[in-house]
Amino acid sequence: MNAPTLFGLCGAVLVGLGLYGLVVNPQPLRKILAFNLVGSGVFLLFGVVARRGAALGMGGDPVPQALVITGIVVAFSATALAVALVLRLHDLTGAATLAPADADEPPAQ
Amino acid sequence: MNALPAMLPETTTAGGFLLVLTLILPFVGVLAALTLGGRHARRVAMLAIPLGLVLSLAIVVEAVQTERTLVYLLGGWAPPLGIVLRADGLSAVMLLTTAVILLAVALFAHADFDTPPGTREARRPFMFWTLLLAMWGSLNAVFLAGDLFTLYVALELLGFAGVPLVCLDERAETLQAALRYLLFALLGSVLYMLGAVLLYGAYGTLDIALLAGLVRPEPAAFAAAALMTVGLLAKTALFPLHLWLPPAHAGAPAAASAVLSALAVKGSFFLVIRLWLDVMPGIITPAAGQLLAAFGAAAILVGNVVALRQKRLKMLIAYSTVAQIGYLFLMFPLAAGLSAMQLPNDPAVTGGLLQAVSHATAKAAMFMGAGLIYATLGHDRIADLAGVGRQLPMTLLAFALGGSALVGLPPAGGFLAKWLLLSAALTTGQWWWVVVMVAGGLLTSAYVFIVVMRALVAVDAENTPKMVVPRHREAVVLALASLSFLLGLAALLPVDIVQIGRPQPFAAGLP
Amino acid sequence: MNLALLFDGMLVVLILAVAVWTVTVRDSFAAGIGYAVYGLLLALAWVRLAAVDAALTEAAIGGGLTSVLMIRATVRLRAGEAAARAATPGPLPRLLAALLGGSVAAGLALVVLALPDPAPTLAPQVAEHIATTGLGNAVTAVLLSFRAIDTLLEAVVLIYALIAVWTLTPDRFWGGRPGPKYETDPNGMLAYLARLLPPIGIVVAVYVLWVGADLPGGKFQAGTLLAAMWLLAIMAGLTEAPPISRRWLRGVLVAGTVVFLAIGFAGVPLAGAFLAYPEGFAKPLIVAIEAASMLSIAFTLALLVLGPPERSDQA
Repeated sequence: MNAPTLFGLCGAVLVGLGLYGLVVNPQPLRKILAFNLVGSGVFLLFGVVARRGAALGMGGDPVPQALVITGIVVAFSATALAVALVLRLHDLTGAATLAPADADEPPAQ
Repeated sequence: MNALPAMLPETTTAGGFLLVLTLILPFVGVLAALTLGGRHARRVAMLAIPLGLVLSLAIVVEAVQTERTLVYLLGGWAPPLGIVLRADGLSAVMLLTTAVILLAVALFAHADFDTPPGTREARRPFMFWTLLLAMWGSLNAVFLAGDLFTLYVALELLGFAGVPLVCLDERAETLQAALRYLLFALLGSVLYMLGAVLLYGAYGTLDIALLAGLVRPEPAAFAAAALMTVGLLAKTALFPLHLWLPPAHAGAPAAASAVLSALAVKGSFFLVIRLWLDVMPGIITPAAGQLLAAFGAAAILVGNVVALRQKRLKMLIAYSTVAQIGYLFLMFPLAAGLSAMQLPNDPAVTGGLLQAVSHATAKAAMFMGAGLIYATLGHDRIADLAGVGRQLPMTLLAFALGGSALVGLPPAGGFLAKWLLLSAALTTGQWWWVVVMVAGGLLTSAYVFIVVMRALVAVDAENTPKMVVPRHREAVVLALASLSFLLGLAALLPVDIVQIGRPQPFAAGLP
Repeated sequence: MNLALLFDGMLVVLILAVAVWTVTVRDSFAAGIGYAVYGLLLALAWVRLAAVDAALTEAAIGGGLTSVLMIRATVRLRAGEAAARAATPGPLPRLLAALLGGSVAAGLALVVLALPDPAPTLAPQVAEHIATTGLGNAVTAVLLSFRAIDTLLEAVVLIYALIAVWTLTPDRFWGGRPGPKYETDPNGMLAYLARLLPPIGIVVAVYVLWVGADLPGGKFQAGTLLAAMWLLAIMAGLTEAPPISRRWLRGVLVAGTVVFLAIGFAGVPLAGAFLAYPEGFAKPLIVAIEAASMLSIAFTLALLVLGPPERSDQA
C-alpha cells in the first residue's frame, strides 16, 4: 500500500458515493453535487495514474495532469449550465423537480 | 507486459489541412456570430454552412481518390504525445451528411428565426443560429478527432449545444426536458471519462490507432469498454436509457428537433462504432455484441409500439427515433459474427452507417415537415390532421417518402441498409435479428400509414391556415426527403466509401 | 508505515467523511458548504499526488467557484426545500443504490489495484521534447504545445456553456445585466474586503500567469482568481455586471480563442502545421496566448457564476 494506491481507492469510493447520491437525492441541485463528486473521483483516479507515471525528475506524468485541469474546467461549466437550468425552472414553475414527464400530455406549444 | 508506447510513424497526408479547416470553420462561425451579434448571426450561418459543405465534399473526394484515411498531425506532434485528426470513410460520410442536413435546416429555418426589424438583437433567433453553428462544430470535432480525451471534450460540446436547443422556447416542459437531457449527458460523459482514465492507466495513450495495437483482454480494458459504452449509450438514448429523448426532441422547435434527432445522437453512436470496431475489436466478446443488439431490439419494439400510441405528431416522430436508434446497434453482433467467420465485415459496417445516414436525412425531413404542419394547422394532433394533404401537398409527400425510407422500401437508403444487415444476419446464422428487423419494419409502416392516411382525408370546409407556409420551405423538406428516399442508389457508386481506412479487424472474441 | 502515508491516510479519511456528509445531510445549503470544504481538502490530496497545477485548479474552481455557484443556488431554492425532500426514496431503493455504488466502487478499486507496474507514462517523451517549447512547466507544455487542440476546444467549451446559460434568459431581460443588483453596507466588512482583496488578487493572478511558464500555475488558475475578484466586487455592490449585449464584452469573451486561433494558423506557414510554433518563438507566443486567454477565462467564468440576465439594461 503506497500513497498513489491509497488515493486511488479514495477515488473509487468517491465515484461509488457520488453514484449513490445521484440516485438517492431527489433535488436536482443535490444530484448536481453528486455529479461533481463522481467527476472529482474520476479526476483523482487520473491523478493517481499520473503519479504512478512519475519519471525523470518529474513528480508525475504531465499528460494526465494537464487533462485533469481541462476536465475540472469542463466539469465546472457543466455545473454552471445545470444550475442555471434548475434556477430557471424554479423561477418558472415555483418548484425544481424532475417529475416524470407525461409522454401523452401535449405541451402547450 | 505493456511496453511504453512508441511514436507512431504517422504523417500528415496531402489533403490533411482540409481537416483543420473543417474542424475550425464552425467554431469561427460561433465566435463571429457571438461578437457581431444580432441579425449577423444568421448571415454568418448562411455563409459558413455552404462553405462547410464544400469542404466536406472536398474531404470525400480526396478520400476516394487516395483511398486512404486523411491524417493531420496537430502542432506537428505525433501520437502518443500529440493529437491527430483523422478522416476515414466513416468520418467523411458523416461530415458530408452533417453538412447537407445543416444546409437544409438552415434554409428551412431561415424565415422562422428572423430578427424582427427594429430590434438589434433578439434572443430566440440569435441563439438559434449560434447554437446551430455550435452543434455543427461539436459534430465535426467528434468525427475528426483521433484522441479519446479530445473526443470527450467534443462530446461535452455536443451536449452544451443540444441542451439549449431543447429549451429554446423556454416553456416549463422543455426546461424540464432539457435538464433531464443534460443530466443524462453528464452521466454519459463522466462514465466515458472514467473509461478513458482506465485506458490511459493501462496503456499510456489515448490515441485510437495506438490503442488498437496495445489493448489486451484484461480487467482494465473490459471495465473501460463497459463504462465508455454505457456512457455513450446514455447519450445515444438506447433503450433503457432513452427516457430523456422523446420530450426533449418533441419539445424543441421543429428545426432544432431535426438537428437533434438526425445528428446529435449520431455523434455518440459514431463513438460507439469507433470504440467497438477501431479501439477494441479483439476485446469485445461476441456475447457483448449480442447484448447490445438485444437492447437495440428492445428499443425497436418499445419505440415503435409507443409511437403508435402517440396523439401528437412530434412525439410520434420522437419515439420513432428511439426505435430507429435500435436498428443502428444491430450492426455490432453482425460485424463480430462476420469477423469470427474470417469474412470481411463490410456488409454490417456499411449497413449500419447507411442506416444512420438514411435515418438522419429522413428524420430531419419528417421533423421539419411536422413543423410546417404545426405552423399551418396551429396544432399537431394526429387525429385532427384531416385536410393537411390539400394544404401542404409537398410536405405530405415528403413525410411519406421519409417514412418509406425508415420502413425500408427500395430504392431508399433504409432498404439497402436493411438488406445488407439482413444478408449479414443470414450469413452468420443470427436469424433472430431478421425477425426483429421485419417486425420493426411492419410496426414503422403502421404509423407512417396512419399519419399519411389521416392527412389525406379531404375536408369539405377549407381550413384557414394559421400561417401560409412559403413553398420554398416545403421544397427544402421535399428535397431532403427525396434524398433519403434515393440513398439506396449509393449501391451504384464505384467505390465503397465506408471501407476507406478500415483495418481488417481481428477475430472478435477470446480464443 | 511511515509518517507520510499516515498523513495521507488521515487525509483520505477526512475527504471521504466530508463527502459522505455532503451526500447525506438534509439541508442543501449545508451540502453546498460541505462541497467547498471537500474541494479544498481535495486540493491537498492533489498536492500529495505531486500535481500542484491540478491542486491550484481544484482549489480555485472546485473549492471556489463551484461552491459559490452551489451556495447561491441552494439559497435561492431554500423555500421549496422541504417539499422536494419529501420525494426521497424509501429504504429499498436506497439499498439498491448503495449496492450499485458499492459494486462500482469495488470494481474500480480492483481495477486500480490491477493497474500495470511499471506504469506506462509519457513523461520521458515530454522530457525529450519540452526544450522546443522553451517552457519549464511540463504541464503548461502539454496544454499549450503538445495537446494544444484540447486547450483550444476547452476555451470553446466555456463559450458554449455561456451561450447555453444565456439562452435561458427571459425574453424581456435579453441584453440585460446578469445577477441581482447587489446593495451592501458601504462601510461593512464585505465592502471593505472587496476594496482590499482585488488589487492583491490581480497582482497574484498576473504572477501566477507569468510563473506558470516554468513553475506550477497558468491561465486557468490566474483567470479563476481574476473572476473571483471581480465577483467579489460585484457582490459587494462596488461595480455592476455589464449588460450582455455590450460589444466590448463579447469581444473580450472571444479574444483568447481568437488569439489562439490566429497564432495557430500562423503556425502553418511559419512552422509547418496548425498549432505549431516557429523555432525559438514558442515561449513568447505561448505567453501571449495565455495572457489573452486569462482575460477571456476570467470574464467567462464570472459570467457563468452570475447566470443569465435577470434585469434589463436600465435596471
